Amino acid sequence: MTKKHYITTLGIFLIFLLATLAIAPLIGATDINLRNAFSSEIPFKENIDAHILFLARLPRILLAGIAGSALAIAGAVFQALLRNDLAAPFTLGVSSGAAFGAVLSIAMGWTFRIMGIPALSLFAFMGALLAVALVFSLVKVRHNEFQTSTLLLAGVTANFFFAALVMFIHYLSDFTQSFQIIRWLMGGLDITDYATVLSIIPPVAFGFFVLMLIARDLNLISAGVSTALSRGVNVSRIQKTGFIVSSLITGTVVAFTGPIGFVGLIAPHIVRLIVGPDLRLLLPCVMMFGAAFLILCDAVARTLIAPAEIPVGVITAILGGPFFVWLLKRKKNA
Amino acid sequence: MTSPLLTAKNLNFGYDDTPILKNIFLKIEAGEFIGLIGPNGSGKSTLLKLLAGILDAPAHSIYFKQQDIRQVTRKKLAQSIAWTPQEQNLAFDFKNSEVVLMGRHPHLSLLAMESVNDFAIAKKAMEITHTLAFSDRSFNEISGGEKQRVLIASAIAQEPEMMALDEPTSALDIKYQMQILEILQHLNQDRKTTIVLAMHDLHLASKFCKRLLLLDNGKIVRDGTPDKVLEPGILEKVYNINVKLYRDPNGGVLVSPIPSSAPASTDIA
Repeated sequence: MTKKHYITTLGIFLIFLLATLAIAPLIGATDINLRNAFSSEIPFKENIDAHILFLARLPRILLAGIAGSALAIAGAVFQALLRNDLAAPFTLGVSSGAAFGAVLSIAMGWTFRIMGIPALSLFAFMGALLAVALVFSLVKVRHNEFQTSTLLLAGVTANFFFAALVMFIHYLSDFTQSFQIIRWLMGGLDITDYATVLSIIPPVAFGFFVLMLIARDLNLISAGVSTALSRGVNVSRIQKTGFIVSSLITGTVVAFTGPIGFVGLIAPHIVRLIVGPDLRLLLPCVMMFGAAFLILCDAVARTLIAPAEIPVGVITAILGGPFFVWLLKRKKNA
Repeated sequence: MTSPLLTAKNLNFGYDDTPILKNIFLKIEAGEFIGLIGPNGSGKSTLLKLLAGILDAPAHSIYFKQQDIRQVTRKKLAQSIAWTPQEQNLAFDFKNSEVVLMGRHPHLSLLAMESVNDFAIAKKAMEITHTLAFSDRSFNEISGGEKQRVLIASAIAQEPEMMALDEPTSALDIKYQMQILEILQHLNQDRKTTIVLAMHDLHLASKFCKRLLLLDNGKIVRDGTPDKVLEPGILEKVYNINVKLYRDPNGGVLVSPIPSSAPASTDIA
């Protein structure tokens, strides 16, 4: 990989992301007049176009972008660590743990906020971390490496366990709560503001920075643990760092958006087909692509049956399901 | 005399409660060409992995240049010792050139990209192993013999003092076996790279290795020149077969197994 190739590829993905960012705010149930929106003559209070653009659409687009990039990065890293291209952020029970936390807070009727962050998000985040802690406590480090099969098994077990708890709470809750629970479980970007966007940027940016630092080590692990060890990679430390950081950024995002499936699976795949498996290039590209992908999915979700909105999780899953099947089939034929 | 590259002192190792290696004493000097031979399950692969630092050795049992191998950082060890697996499959489609470049990892600092120099070293390694022709193809698409050569190229790119190779020739036909052994011989002679490899073919081992270690059930039962190690008595005991040895006029010892007489009391008849 030459420097020129590296920068050109990043540039192309950046243009794609910027184009998406420019177009997405114009798409929606209501047409907006851009000239009015940016007009300084109309006071902001009376400027409907500006309200829609800056208060309704923009924060939502930013949240979609950050969530999409976080889930996509986490997916790419999990796939590398598990040396398995069917792994995704939710393989480790992160989403079901978050769902458990969220559903618990809905059922309990907790509506308090701590430092501006709603209880729902706090509990979802704690649930995600609880699931990851549980999964890790089940996995032994042996001969310098995690047993990846045990890790996957523990993740699946945690998923079933928390899904059962969610169903249990759901079953006991009343009609209004039940609707709220279902709505959260579908995943969505609709309830958002700039405060939310600002609060998830630091952990996601930090996570991306750390993962970029260990990208070359992750490459070697994705090629094989023993050869990585013989090339000087501290495998157990990199594995731990990768898993914890990816879980952290997944948990942060899922706490606010609910479990949005398939982004973390699809985005790394598509980008890997284009730029190859080298994570030093794949990670930044997948970050931009994941952002653009979820922004576009959300634009579809906002307009397909406007003025009603489809939860974005439904759109990604409808696109993702067939893709997943195609991937499995392709793998089987290979 | 200079200090040995690697020393094993009363090395014992096992998985859980199953002992694999027992009471190993061993000195590897720089520049040696050593073959590890012995039946399946005798501990050859495990010994190689311990010597290359891939498995953690117990304290005070393996010394790298007189320092306990556990005290040597992984990166520093990787700058001196490269290891190649018998088989490798990649989950992702890395190109062969990328696999070879991974050998530069221990020489690169955090966040550094490979330099022109690194690319040149990788290219040279691919030249030596005759793998340049498919450098742009995916590692997963090439044949077993080609894969083994790419793995060796990656180890060469690591510029190690010693290469530990786990059965690099076992899955290959005679042409590729010769090719790989000649590449290793060339490295040993021209670059003074120490070679330690596990292999099954006793004839080829005797042809190329200057020293053989015969392992049986986790113990080194013979250690010396091929002539000294390959003797009918010990081979019959270790492999539990009858053999006759012939001197190969082109070098080495030909070990010919003698079929055991037809089983006396079976129901074949």
